[in-house]
Amino acid sequence: MEMFIFFTLAAVAVAAGVGVIAQRSAVRSALFLLVNFCCLAGLYILLNAQFVAMVQIIIYAGAIVVLFLFVVMLLGIEHAEESPDLRRYQWIAGGLLGILLLAGILWALIPGVTGAFPALTPVDNVRQIGAALLTDFAIPFELVAVVLLVAVIGAVALAKKRLEG
Amino acid sequence: MVPATCYLVLSAILFTLGAIGVLIRRNALVMFMSVEMMLNAVNLTLITYSRFLQNVDGQVFVLLVIAVAAAEVAVGLSIVVALYRHKETTDVDEIDLLKG
Repeated sequence: MEMFIFFTLAAVAVAAGVGVIAQRSAVRSALFLLVNFCCLAGLYILLNAQFVAMVQIIIYAGAIVVLFLFVVMLLGIEHAEESPDLRRYQWIAGGLLGILLLAGILWALIPGVTGAFPALTPVDNVRQIGAALLTDFAIPFELVAVVLLVAVIGAVALAKKRLEG
Repeated sequence: MVPATCYLVLSAILFTLGAIGVLIRRNALVMFMSVEMMLNAVNLTLITYSRFLQNVDGQVFVLLVIAVAAAEVAVGLSIVVALYRHKETTDVDEIDLLKG
């Protein structure tokens, strides 16, 4: 059963990933990205990371994809015009380089085959993450707040119109 | 039981798809989406090893990655909006202000 769920989610995730990069319309790319994120959330649940799965749905699928869609619709660039001759050459070169990259990653991965997962001990996932965040990772956790604040200020400063005169 | 290798191979495939997307697409927004896909592939690897090593630190890392990705998207998209206001395009080949 777990095998079946994994391969279904994996197949849909890969298909959606291909959709993201193959679609001409940016809106469709964003929607395929949403499918991809949701499949990954399902995989996180299979990996017993329920809290991260929910965060993935709320932040990635909820906030980031909606932000993408907002920008795509605001700018009105659903159909990016790209010169076809340049694109064909780029598809071939990009595809070859991608296959090379995949081969490299798999070549590094396969010798370190890790085998089956250890048996699951019944633990409270959210409690564990909370304890780790507020003890071992307290300083990174606080620094994330600074990163987000700087990002918000930067985004506002970049997006606001220059005052003339 | 699905072996850990399956998750790692899936993560490698998704990362490669994201990298190909960055290479072949010229639309800045779609390139951004591909970068997000690569970040997600790395997150999947971190969670796989977190499960494999029975250690929750990997999941904490993923949360930090997600927070940084959110900040990156906010800044990146406002750069795209500012560029569009300036050049009326999101095609990265036409944005050559620093080329001289």
